[in-house]
Amino acid sequence: MAERRSIAAVAVGEQIPARSFELDRAMLVRYAGAALDFNAIHWSEPAAERAGLPDVIAHGMLTMALAGRLVTDWAGDPGAVEDFSTRFSGMVPVGAEAPATVVVAGTVTEILAGERAVVELSVEAGGTAVLKAARAVVRLRN
Amino acid sequence: MSLNRATVGRAYDPGPPFDVSRQKIREFAAAIGDDAAIYADPELARSLGHRDVPAPPTFGSVISLQMGQGPRRDPELGLDYARVVHGEQRIEQARPIYAGDSLLGEVTIASIRDAGANELLEILCALSTEAGEPVCRVTSVLVSRGTAAGTADG
Repeated sequence: MAERRSIAAVAVGEQIPARSFELDRAMLVRYAGAALDFNAIHWSEPAAERAGLPDVIAHGMLTMALAGRLVTDWAGDPGAVEDFSTRFSGMVPVGAEAPATVVVAGTVTEILAGERAVVELSVEAGGTAVLKAARAVVRLRN
Repeated sequence: MSLNRATVGRAYDPGPPFDVSRQKIREFAAAIGDDAAIYADPELARSLGHRDVPAPPTFGSVISLQMGQGPRRDPELGLDYARVVHGEQRIEQARPIYAGDSLLGEVTIASIRDAGANELLEILCALSTEAGEPVCRVTSVLVSRGTAAGTADG
């Protein structure tokens, strides 16, 4: 059975191992529908070109959601995330026949009162940081 | 043209309440590729102390995007959507968003500031239940490229 991670087992400096997430065009379309975000730069090459982009790009919020998966799986409970923030620092182009790979890793950087841990995330695609200052405050159990 | 800073503090009509269903949560979890059982299993969710299945932590931004169209369409603000990119996002949860929630929003322009040649437009969407319980604060920063005062297009 799933269980929320215990703060007793967490220390500053703990590394959450990197995971790779593959993003293809079908995922962008699916995300657009589920998130009700129909901006055409996420599915139409002509629209992306008109906006000066190299190709169709992933929704920033989809990339952030992938980063969130690392945190919720580590915490053992998606309800544990109390505060989740980031800056969008790079694009994730997704080719029609060339999926993108987003690599997410985490580090526990702080333990706060109330069984809370701060997790800082590195999120890269194509060797570039696409999220910066990605940070989650996670409430664990004692 | 630069953004009209007289709009800072302005509140916008968020539209109707957002009714969160188990189906919508399953659909959103699938769309982010997350097959964790808790998004589909109310009993499992209850065993972890939740009242129903929780939404993934970024789901508040979906609601915020729906409710936050007012500023994006306000002619007095003067946002040119062709220049906009998503700059920053923050989701603060007093508690998870659950299936069964009917959420009301309060949408305001929190700030507008320069960042080099760009302007940063900060939109706040505060979500609460109909009973007045605060649930989630979603802060979205949109970058208006090249519109800072004193720049070519400002």
